[in-house]
Parts: sequence; structure tokens; C-alpha cells
Amino acid sequence: MKAKIRKLLTIVDETLTEQGREVSPPARRAAAVAVIANPFAGAYQEDLTELIDIGEELGGLLAERAVAALGISGDKVESYGKAAAVGENGELEHAAAILHPKLGAPFRKVLGKGAALIPSSKKRGGMGVVLDIPLGHKDAAFVRSHFDGMEVRVTDAPRANEIVVAVAVTTGGRPLPRVGGLKVSEIKGEDGLR
Amino acid sequence: MPEVKVRKFLVSVEDVFHEGGPVADTPQRRGAVLAVIENPYAGKYHDNILPFMDDLKPLGLHMAQKLLAALGGDPKSIEGYGKGAIVGGAGELEHAALWHAPGGYAMRDVLGGAKAIVPSTKKVGGPGTRLDVPVTHVDASYVRSHFDTIEVGLSDAPKANEMVVVLVMTTGPRVHARAGGLAAKDIKGEDGLR
Repeated sequence: MKAKIRKLLTIVDETLTEQGREVSPPARRAAAVAVIANPFAGAYQEDLTELIDIGEELGGLLAERAVAALGISGDKVESYGKAAAVGENGELEHAAAILHPKLGAPFRKVLGKGAALIPSSKKRGGMGVVLDIPLGHKDAAFVRSHFDGMEVRVTDAPRANEIVVAVAVTTGGRPLPRVGGLKVSEIKGEDGLR
Repeated sequence: MPEVKVRKFLVSVEDVFHEGGPVADTPQRRGAVLAVIENPYAGKYHDNILPFMDDLKPLGLHMAQKLLAALGGDPKSIEGYGKGAIVGGAGELEHAALWHAPGGYAMRDVLGGAKAIVPSTKKVGGPGTRLDVPVTHVDASYVRSHFDTIEVGLSDAPKANEMVVVLVMTTGPRVHARAGGLAAKDIKGEDGLR
């Protein structure tokens, strides 16, 4: 394992009612988060390969933990997202190196499919900084009922030389979606968009 | 008898491998379960609030079981615990006190006879309020290595007419505990204190 992990966190958020109306089945979302050492904290590094490889490792590890926390098989996941927060001695590009080149393939492998772009966000911040992980349908990015976000934070991370990396998966869209747009039943599934 | 109306559950589990020191052979696990419930007494002063305490008992048991399951399911692995509540703006601090008995006894039930008082904290606050839930050893409150804290909260709760009730458990001491005091191996186990 290239990643030096200080802690792992999983969160499961279940909504049973909204405005007094039952959400059936409950809307369930899970996030898996890793707090890792940033090998490039403190000095400019041109070649970010090590972080790219760490992203690949974490894509599988975090996806497996998040899916396990929902208690479902990977193919039942409906939407997903990813995010990273870099501590003060790192740079935004470090988050990009983890998230974008190689994290997606092992993440999708856990889900069996995933034609859509994995929506993402990133920031630099101090301990306890909030990450809002964007969520979108895993097979068709335009499915409006599944546009969502999940907030995660780790009280004591990222320390200055750390990076917080998170992935989120769900069993469905927002509770009680009713703003129209492309529906799950209408997905063509050819281009990852519709 | 007011019925307990749950809007959401949130479960979080943290695996702590190290905090800058030697990597633990077995990571410390720290878990929390939160339920967002309607506060039946929100909005005006009620003199008799005790009926709701009994209503909370099944919820307490359900939450303790849910948390134990998230931590691996073995009651013997649980070494620390704590509880807390956050009351929304239309309620009062006294409503949080209704959680003491149902929350505490539920954990003792599930853990099979823990002796120590369950440490607790409470506050009134809006959505996103964070609560630092104190943790102490399940059999002897004075065990210094197990004094700990788990910070919890949800971005969208409690609303004014809600309350968030919380249970937390840990599977061991702070990851680099070395501040002396009563050690877990020296517990007499007679009075729940030492």
C-alpha cells in the first residue's frame, strides 16, 4: 500500500421522512473517507505519480467500504461522487492527482458499471473543513432526481501535511424528488449522459 | 403517549490507525449513531414530559443494536461509551434530559451489564450544531486511557421542532494513550468507578 492511512471513517445517512411524508424506501447514502499523509506537503513537486497511484488504491478501498456500509451489492448503487480536501501545506493539484487520473476505474469495478462521469469537488482547508461531495446517477449524468450532495468532515483532519479523500454512494436519489427532468426509467445508457 | 417519529438515522464509524506515533496493531474503532426525531414538546411549555422517556426506550435499543452492528457486532469488543442530545430551537434543554435513561440503559442492555455511568452532554442548537460526546470506560469511569470524545452532528438537523439523540461507543483506549492514571487491567469492577 502506497497510501499512509492515519484513519478511515464511514458514514451512513438514512432519511425516513421528509416534511412528515414517508420516504419509502428510505433514502440511503454512504461515504467512506480516508485520512492520508501527503507525500508532497511543503515543497513543489513536478511529478505527482505517487499521488495518482494512491488515488487508484483508495478508489477500490473506499468504494468497497462505502458499499459494505450500505449493506448492498455494488450493482445496486444508483449514484456516486468523490472529493478531497488538502491540508495547508499541500496544493489543490494534489487533490486533483488523487481524484482524476486513476481513482475512477477501481471505484467503477466495485459497482460493476458506471458510465457517467463521477462528479467531484476539492478544496484546501484546515482540520474539520467540510467537504460537500456532489452526487450524480452512475449511468446517466442527466438524471435529475439523483443530483444531490453529501456533506462529510473529519474533526481532526486534514492536518497540515495530510489529505482527506472521500467517496460517496447511494441507494437512490433525493427524498421525494419532483422537479421533473430525465428519469431513471428513461435512461438509454449509451453515453453516460442520458 | 406521543409516538417517536424518526426523520433520519446517521451512523459513523472511524478506524484510527495512528496519530503521528506507532501504528496500532488493531485500529481503535469509534462509532456513533444519531437519530433525528420529532420533539413532541416543541413550541410550548409542558409540565409533564416523562411519558416520552418510555416511548424512547425501543428507539434506544434499536440504536444501540445498530451501532454495535456497525462496530462489528461483538459486545465484548466495546470498551467505552457515551451519549448526548441536541434539542432544536423550539424545545428546551430539559427535553434532552429525557434521553438519559433510555439511551443509557439501552447500551447497558446490549453490552450485557456494563457498570459505569454513561457520560453525557447536551445542548440546544440549530441545524449543523456539533456536539462533543464524552466517552469513558464501560466498567470503570476512572480509567484514564479511555477518556475520549467523539464529535457528532448533521448538516440539516435539528430543525426547531426536532431533537437529535446520540449514542457512541469505542473499542479501546485513545490510540496513543500514555497519560498514566488507572489502567483498564487494574479495574476492580465493584462500583463502576475503579
